[in-house]
Amino acid sequence: MERTAIAIKEQDNVATAIKDIPAGQEALVGVGEQTLTVPVSQDIAYGHKFALRAIAKGEAVFKYNCIIGRATCDIEPGQHAHVHNMESLRGRGDLD
Amino acid sequence: MNFLGYRRPDGKVGTRNYVGIISTVVCANEVAKGIADKVSGAVAFTHQQGCCQTAPDLTRVTETLCGLGCNPNLAAVLLIGLGCEGTEMPAVQEAVAASGKPVRTLFIQELGGAAKTTAEGVLIAQEMAIQASQIKPQKCGSADIVLGLKCGSSDTTSGLSANPALGVVVERLVAEDAVAIMGEVTEFIGAEHILAAQAKDEATGQKILDLVERMESRAKAVGVDMRGGQPTPGNIAGGLTTIEEKSLGAIAKVGSAVVQEVYEYGRTPRVKGLVVMDSPGREPEILTGLAAAGCNVIAFTTGRGAPQGFPFVPVIKITGNEKTWNHLRDHMDLSVHQVMDGRESLGQAGTRIYEAIETVASGTGTKAEISGYVQAMDIYVTGPVI
Repeated sequence: MERTAIAIKEQDNVATAIKDIPAGQEALVGVGEQTLTVPVSQDIAYGHKFALRAIAKGEAVFKYNCIIGRATCDIEPGQHAHVHNMESLRGRGDLD
Repeated sequence: MNFLGYRRPDGKVGTRNYVGIISTVVCANEVAKGIADKVSGAVAFTHQQGCCQTAPDLTRVTETLCGLGCNPNLAAVLLIGLGCEGTEMPAVQEAVAASGKPVRTLFIQELGGAAKTTAEGVLIAQEMAIQASQIKPQKCGSADIVLGLKCGSSDTTSGLSANPALGVVVERLVAEDAVAIMGEVTEFIGAEHILAAQAKDEATGQKILDLVERMESRAKAVGVDMRGGQPTPGNIAGGLTTIEEKSLGAIAKVGSAVVQEVYEYGRTPRVKGLVVMDSPGREPEILTGLAAAGCNVIAFTTGRGAPQGFPFVPVIKITGNEKTWNHLRDHMDLSVHQVMDGRESLGQAGTRIYEAIETVASGTGTKAEISGYVQAMDIYVTGPVI
């Protein structure tokens, strides 16, 4: 089966869609040589991310095995992960 | 790499052979453009700086103009001033003359207005263009390449395909004794630890960290979350959520090449290999900075489709997004989207980018050049207009 998403490192807790993935469909997530199956609960547009595992509010979000921000609310596996539920830790003049 | 380039008196190599009509202050742009419009082979550089600024910015403008005038893609240079600018005109004229190429300066107030200056400038530029047209291109190699690196209108494909494919090219070119210049310091934020670890030594790594801290402090001083400015609304629509995510994808365009040195904006590298130059990510400022640093070709990766080019340095557009490739053919030079679903390896995609650089360096026109989308230019300043 053709992969529909990529997780760059196995430690990542989000994957990136490389096809439009409609809600209810199972994403086929390439992680190195492996392919994981993750049902997505929302439409995931090409290039957008979804959670591979549950990410609790305040928890770090990992991509490239690096922290790309933190969850601003609980994110369930298969949910879209983006600006509505994630924030940056850097360039935050509003927090100082 | 083998290409036909124009070797200049100072030994540098141009991939293009233009007469540069350089406006030295915002107030002289009309005349510079008017002259370039009337002379085949001439191009104008215009900008919004050079007057009513604090000393550090005026020095920045002067030094950037020196660098632009010395860029090897220009065979000769005509400088246009108003006559009362803050830019240090004699310094620019001297710097360009020292590179061994013909240079003249005209002042609008001295010559009696725009019409007279344009007429005089056209005659001078015609002579310069005739001289330039007699310069024959010669065989050149990788060691003559000064490659500028830029990613713009990025999306998540940038960090997964186009940028790492360009990284393969950078690794190869620096091994072949080329220079590669990376800017966009804002887009190191969140990834600077990786880039600093790629520096040739700890002191150089620290310079990278210092540049990032300076850039981030400047953004934070405004007192808001910089998201919306970086990443941009377009980045966000493309799936990039935070500056950290954007940066981790952005730095992939140098692969694992070693950072040899760190420079201020627009300064010419004195070493071979990969160097970092201070610059924001916005196109006019970074393209100008790369040109001032001496880049003779620029590789520009894009996800959503950035059209910008520069007047006298060819800018090659590389996308990793299949939709953008199909949708924006008149702006994209090549696509490496095949990397996304594993149809092509990064090495194969890198080879195609390498070959594109080689042919463009020999004179093949880029989409930006052919379509005339080459007006992304301005000088990066950090102080107030006063």
